[in-house]
Amino acid sequence: MSGGILVECAHITCAYGSTVAVRDAHVTFRSGDFVGIVGPSGSGKTTLLKAILGTATPQQGHVTKKPGLRMGYVPQVESVDWNFPVTVLEVVAMTRTSRRYFPRITPDERRDALDVLERLGLAGLHDRHIRELSGGQQQRVFVARALFHRPELLVLDEPTSGVDVRTRHEVLHLLADLHDDGVSIVLSTHDLNGLAAHLPRLICMNVDVIADGPPLEVLNSEVLENTYGAPMEVLVHGGMPLVLEHGADDVSRRLGGTR
Amino acid sequence: MSSASLVIAGVFDPYQYQFFTNGVVVATIAGALCGLLGVFVVLRGMSYIGHGLSHAVFGGAAASAVMQLNYFVGAGIWGVASGVIIGRIARRRLIGADAAIGVVTTASFALGLALLNRFGQAKKSIEAVLFGSVLGVRTADIVAVALVTVLTVVVVVMLYRRLLFATFDPDVAQVSGVKVAWIEALLMVLLSLTILVTMRVIGTLLISALLVIPASVARMTTNSFARMLWISPIVGALSGFLGMNLSYHLDTSASATIILVATAMFITVYTVSGIRGRSRIAHVHHV
Repeated sequence: MSGGILVECAHITCAYGSTVAVRDAHVTFRSGDFVGIVGPSGSGKTTLLKAILGTATPQQGHVTKKPGLRMGYVPQVESVDWNFPVTVLEVVAMTRTSRRYFPRITPDERRDALDVLERLGLAGLHDRHIRELSGGQQQRVFVARALFHRPELLVLDEPTSGVDVRTRHEVLHLLADLHDDGVSIVLSTHDLNGLAAHLPRLICMNVDVIADGPPLEVLNSEVLENTYGAPMEVLVHGGMPLVLEHGADDVSRRLGGTR
Repeated sequence: MSSASLVIAGVFDPYQYQFFTNGVVVATIAGALCGLLGVFVVLRGMSYIGHGLSHAVFGGAAASAVMQLNYFVGAGIWGVASGVIIGRIARRRLIGADAAIGVVTTASFALGLALLNRFGQAKKSIEAVLFGSVLGVRTADIVAVALVTVLTVVVVVMLYRRLLFATFDPDVAQVSGVKVAWIEALLMVLLSLTILVTMRVIGTLLISALLVIPASVARMTTNSFARMLWISPIVGALSGFLGMNLSYHLDTSASATIILVATAMFITVYTVSGIRGRSRIAHVHHV
């Protein structure tokens, strides 16, 4: 189902000062992809996303994009200033500002924004301040903003971090719907079982790219140990990989818990 | 004469002096201008940059006095250059922007002091720059403040949505095609120009207060960015106008009185908005 190349990262290395965040990564994202980037904290997931988006410049290698590629970016919810004085409609309308003069949101933009909000189950909330929404609604407002730009490639940084199980399911269904509608998606996540195992393609990284392929291929104890530096076991349950962590087993024994 | 008409006559008393009328006009416009730009300063957590920049411009003012350059040219070049440099430093969060800004601007300030000590008619001109000088306001100052105000209003209205996006979420703004670095440089230039033209009225030491207090008052009264852009300049202008008049009648420093009036408004709004205001102001960042 994969089509033409949208973004190609050719052997890129990104560093902050002397700290290398991404080393010699060679990955390609095609039209129709739905890719999860997994790895521990500080493994360079966000930096790789930023290199794709063009907000981080690699010191070595280069990133090539399809000419005129429209990208949407959904940052981590934790990075948003929830006290900033903006309404839901103002946030959504932001992504079509690059050629707009004067403050007014045009009737066309307003109609399109309300359509996107309705599609994401946020109808009637456009005049609310962003802080007045639930966690799931807040996440969807930022997806709505990215979609308002009509992106071919949607990039999400940790879309399910800090959200409850129900919201995680909502986000996952929403992304699957968008993918069905033809939007290509790249996201980073910590959540191996709740999110990553459901995706068609995973990139495991820890500064280096350790594996790239379908979950059933890349989620094995060797790759996971190389990625996380901790022993892990993979079971297959109903055709889905299920990752078990063993690093803390001795703790439960020591504390008198059951294994 | 009745006591009421005595009071009214007293209120208009200072306006018989042209320098006072000039001072009121320039303080009111300067208050509005600082209030408008202050919205961006406060929401971007740049309060410290405003503070630092006013000290940096002082260095430029001193250097231009010593070299007998025109104030606006000398301090202008120095201020705009510092503004752009500070903007660049502030974007690199890794190396401790606050410390870097502290070094650049206080060094500039110290250089200005030393230059004036060594070569200037030291005391008088130093005091004038530190605390502002309403007596010294000339037509050129009024024209300069008015021009920068018009320029700032035009930029803010024209680029409103880009400024909003780049202020709220610079990374996503850049991905969406907004030239964030350009917008930030433009804001720093406007901030430098504002400090340059208002410094002779309000003075180096107190100008940063006028960049922060009106916007903070506005933030506590509304949840709307657009309304903040109205309320903050009004609070700034009122502070300038009332502060000037009070300073004449109380025989206090004009710039200090302007800031104290703004502070009184801050305390009033803070108290009235109560707990709601408290939770919001907790998020007014200081770099």
